[in-house]
Amino acid sequence: MRMHPSYEMLRPGKKFPHVWCPGCGHGIVQGAIIRAVQKLGLPRDEMVMVSGIGCSSRMPVYVDFNSLHTAHGRAIAFATGVKLHNPKLHVIVITGDGDALAIGGNHFIHAARRNADLTVILMNNNIYGMTGGQYSPTTPIGKRASTAPYGTAERDFDPCALAQAAGAAFTARGVVYNAVELEKLIETALTRKGFSLVEAISPCPTLYGRLNKEGSAVKMLQWQKANTVNVKAAEKLPPDQLNGKIITGVFHDVETIPYTQIYNQIIQRAQASK
Amino acid sequence: MSKDIRLLQGNESCSLGAIYAGCNFFGGYPITPSTEIAEEMALMLPREGGRFIQMEDEIAGIATVLGAAAAGAKAMTATSGPGFSLMMELLGYGCMAEIPCVIVNVQRGGPSTGLPTKGAQADVMQARWGTHGDHPTIALCPSSVEESFKLTVRAFNLAEKFRMPVILLLDEFIGHMREKMEIPGPGEMEIYNHPQPTCQPAAYLHYGDGSSVGGAYASLGSGYRFNITGLTHDQHGFPTGRADEIQWKMDRLRAKVEDHLAELIEVDQEFMDDAEIAVFSYGGAARTAQQAVREARAKGIKAGLVRPITLWPFPNQALAEVLRKVKTMIVAEISQGQLLGEVQRVNQFHTKVVPVQRYDGEMLTPTEVVNAIVEAAK
Repeated sequence: MRMHPSYEMLRPGKKFPHVWCPGCGHGIVQGAIIRAVQKLGLPRDEMVMVSGIGCSSRMPVYVDFNSLHTAHGRAIAFATGVKLHNPKLHVIVITGDGDALAIGGNHFIHAARRNADLTVILMNNNIYGMTGGQYSPTTPIGKRASTAPYGTAERDFDPCALAQAAGAAFTARGVVYNAVELEKLIETALTRKGFSLVEAISPCPTLYGRLNKEGSAVKMLQWQKANTVNVKAAEKLPPDQLNGKIITGVFHDVETIPYTQIYNQIIQRAQASK
Repeated sequence: MSKDIRLLQGNESCSLGAIYAGCNFFGGYPITPSTEIAEEMALMLPREGGRFIQMEDEIAGIATVLGAAAAGAKAMTATSGPGFSLMMELLGYGCMAEIPCVIVNVQRGGPSTGLPTKGAQADVMQARWGTHGDHPTIALCPSSVEESFKLTVRAFNLAEKFRMPVILLLDEFIGHMREKMEIPGPGEMEIYNHPQPTCQPAAYLHYGDGSSVGGAYASLGSGYRFNITGLTHDQHGFPTGRADEIQWKMDRLRAKVEDHLAELIEVDQEFMDDAEIAVFSYGGAARTAQQAVREARAKGIKAGLVRPITLWPFPNQALAEVLRKVKTMIVAEISQGQLLGEVQRVNQFHTKVVPVQRYDGEMLTPTEVVNAIVEAAK
């Protein structure tokens, strides 16, 4: 019997079945991360997966890396400590829209500002899944949630634009429908120095889909397929044709000196003046 | 070699103690009256090859400390009231995930923003119960600049051995007081570093039996791949909902402190051999109490001082022995009675317990305590 190529990177036994609902996109993101790591040949003893709280944040339990499942919103801050103490480690942060942008928003922008050398995979399902479908900072205005029974009154964040404005080195967005592109974006992000963000749009049929009458998991993926525009194609389209569309691809990619490298220079400076 | 004698603040000696203990990571956020600790660490750590980071808030400060410590650092943060409040959730994370680190709280007047530049001793219960859920607590409270150094070293040793956050409960009075102290030479004080596992990675249990106190445990990136979570977990560190495993975890956390009281609890006593009146006091207030007891002795009153160096676990037994012996116990503190409540809880002997408190931002004066002693001696 041939084993699934991702199997060796997982923790079988007690850790499965996982908590994700049928039709959830998070498993596709997990698969894309594993394949990207395998493709780059990164040694898993040097991989640290750090997460916060929420559906997406359960991923580190399933993947056989060093794993640190932290408190709600704090993954990026914990990860900053891990990376700063041991810069040799590859630190991937797994987070969700509520975890990264609401309770963890402060850490998100400041990690981008100081260019902490982290690869952040933000799984955006536009809702709080684990607590039962409350609206998040990426729930589009007017959409329903269990705490917005008449639709939300709030505008949503664009995580990639937010990270770029705060100083991130690399920002990109993919959708789980296009798992191949998503995998490539994650692979590129893993090779970049400094703060890298990949926003992975991942449907939540159980809560967001049901509350907003978006149909089955398959229908939600079909909607992704029909409404996704690559950033290069989007550049040629007038703005009115991009309303309500998901733009994917790399938005920002600059060469930077990451925080840990600058801090190593500070250590040299301090030791020279000793 | 000539002696290294310096005039230092309690905050400075705390930083020097941390470096002596081998601290190589500090994450924090500036807050009065603890800021000198961060400033000293920012200066000293890079020289020693360690790392300092000023985060966006105290929550992030303790988060980086826990992350770095999970990756093998000897890590510390320092804060005061409002920042300590913000750290409460992750203090519990450190207890649950069993991550060693030192959290310094230089106590100031509260509640809320309160008295940023004035000392207090009203975080006693917050240190014990500030984070939610049942959990072990170790809190040490220095009463001098020299003790601030030595208890910081001890805090690191206990954190490493007991695999948990250890609180150094300073107060502004000691933090900002300047005294002469002799810096211990290398090797003069014992430094405990936890052992590393030697088993095959496949056989490694991050929370295996015997690893709770004084055992071996691995760091992230050490070749032992394991999971750390704030969820209640099994021996592997994987989340569990099983009653037997939950019970095991909670018993393990409780046993850390409850099975090692003799090792953890330190109480200083002065003039207690024949004392009829005792003063119970810690930290900055204990300096006042010490002076008051000496003045009372000069008046011919049999007074003595009982000073907890370990505040948590609370020195129940040592205190009970004193309460059984003396006529009156005076509890001197810069609080509306957080220490007093604990003394009353331990007092099963109908011993008269008298509070002497200030909470107006000023230090208790020896006269105030002497007056209480004289009154009790009548």
